[in-house]
Amino acid sequence: MSNPVSLHESVLRLQDLRKCYNVGLPTEVEVLHGLNMTLHAHDFCALVGPSGSGKSTLLNLIGLLDQPTDGELFITDIATRHLQDEERTALRRENIGFVFQFHHLIEAFNAQENVLMPMMVKSGKPTVELQQWAAELLDAVGLKGFEGKKPSQLSGGQQQRVAIARALVTRPALLLADEPTGNLDTQTAAHIFELLRKFNQDFGCAVLIVTHDARLSQTCDRTVTLVDGHFTEDIRHSKADTSN
Amino acid sequence: MWIELTIALKFLRQGFAQTLLILVGIGVGVAVIVFIVTLVSGLQENIVSRTLGTQAHIKVEPQQEVNLVAPTADGEVRLVRQDERAQRLRSINNWQQVLQSLENVPTVTAASPVVSGPAFARRGQALKSILVIGIDPERYEKIISISDNIIAGEFKVSAGNTVIGSALANDLGVRIGGKLRLETGDNQAAVLTITGIFELGVRELDSRYVYLDLKQAQALLGLFGGATVIDLTVNDIFAASVVADRIDRLTALKAESWMQTNSELMNALKSQSLSSNLISFFVALSVALGIASVLAISVTQRTREIGILRAMGARRAQMLRVFLIQGALLGLSGSFAGAGVGWVMVWVFNEYGPGLFDIHPSVTIVPVAVTVATIAGVLAAIAPAWRASRLDPVAAIRYV
Repeated sequence: MSNPVSLHESVLRLQDLRKCYNVGLPTEVEVLHGLNMTLHAHDFCALVGPSGSGKSTLLNLIGLLDQPTDGELFITDIATRHLQDEERTALRRENIGFVFQFHHLIEAFNAQENVLMPMMVKSGKPTVELQQWAAELLDAVGLKGFEGKKPSQLSGGQQQRVAIARALVTRPALLLADEPTGNLDTQTAAHIFELLRKFNQDFGCAVLIVTHDARLSQTCDRTVTLVDGHFTEDIRHSKADTSN
Repeated sequence: MWIELTIALKFLRQGFAQTLLILVGIGVGVAVIVFIVTLVSGLQENIVSRTLGTQAHIKVEPQQEVNLVAPTADGEVRLVRQDERAQRLRSINNWQQVLQSLENVPTVTAASPVVSGPAFARRGQALKSILVIGIDPERYEKIISISDNIIAGEFKVSAGNTVIGSALANDLGVRIGGKLRLETGDNQAAVLTITGIFELGVRELDSRYVYLDLKQAQALLGLFGGATVIDLTVNDIFAASVVADRIDRLTALKAESWMQTNSELMNALKSQSLSSNLISFFVALSVALGIASVLAISVTQRTREIGILRAMGARRAQMLRVFLIQGALLGLSGSFAGAGVGWVMVWVFNEYGPGLFDIHPSVTIVPVAVTVATIAGVLAAIAPAWRASRLDPVAAIRYV
């Protein structure tokens, strides 16, 4: 099961990263103001901040779903700002896993096919080994026997666990989770958090979690606070803190 | 391409009701096209075969006689008032050699000399105006198969024997073995034994045509050794005009194709074809627009899934192909079903229709309909597929 990602100097590095909307228009507004940050393999980091602080915008930039206006963003030490769409897509596919708040599974496919989706869009029909790997991941998130179930046949917590398995199937260097527990009850949320922590330790992937849950954020190794497009705090929790 | 095909199939299967509706739409459209095209071409074939069942593809005859006016000297002006010449019955000069030459034209499949002219048929007090047609039966059968239309007796045309139409036989009250006296305007007459009665299905022909042996007709019409017409058949009936024009130029004779003889019929056929093509075009267009609108709705419905797939690493080109494949699959499967329904409609028409004629779908109509519908499906899918591939993944994921 343990299958660590290759170690890079940094998995994620932000260098004076800026994002403006309506560039060149009178309504131009800068929402991220020169952010700097680095994540390494095995980092387990929470990104917190009030609504409208720019968390989702930052996550979209880091996930290479959007492009910064200025500055540079390195994924596994590769500068991404001037990459073409196809190159960004390939880099995202190879290195980044997503877990969304509303899981965003594809209803037309069953749980196992959803888990395999990132591999299938990359290389077509999955091999027997890949199918075994997907089954192992589903087993690891506690969904053994649910492989053939459609998302609508699963509970919210189960769907989120499928989404986690899907995010890990490519063995990404960076796992981005946008409020992965925001839509779940406390017990399920804690279990999902435990899973993310487990994969962070087993796989060595860096995890960046956007969350509003202060209690959960304190269980992370590090909490970065974003307010009005600025990092206002970057707290590294001691083992004693995180064990609570 | 496997994943694009898989996603396309899953999307189509998931939106089953929507998929079924558009498939029915495509199927009905293709069925209408298959049936209309088959019906119109069957109708045209029927009309053409009925027309050509009673006439040659090309008739070659002497040019009309015209008045010859001596040329005027320089500076002289002559005012002439003249009547057009009456056209007498004339033989084609040296028709045996002309016949041989015409037989050597590559597209000509049969040639038959004919001598024909007006006469009267008399029996007792009854007198009927007829057309004497002197033929070489063996050759003539390759032009118009009279033996296939014999309703009494046999097609035996030789010295002293004649074959006449059914309407004429009724009018004169004659039967097989009966005698008929033919008279021409030159006080020539002959008494012939009726060996066969035919029915071509055209009242005018069945009441006037009297077939005789070539030599006997020549004697009766006063054209000893002559032939007034050479009838031809060609391998491609719709190229008859081209062949006739060529013969016109080569022989200085008047060659007239069946298309020129039946120019009004040809206009009607062309109009029918145009109507059929217009119907097919507009039905195909509405099918394509149907596919485009369903896929446009599908792209809207799938916006979030497109965003997720893009976030999972799907390329723009892959999203484009997913929807193009959906268009192709809809066109392909809908047209197969439609072609089948069209085939059944043709069968129902033949079995339970008016029964005037049978129609038979061309062997090419199904592959052509399926290919055209599939291409139309792909073309119709271009705009929605392009939109899908251009969706901003961030906005798409947030789409509700």
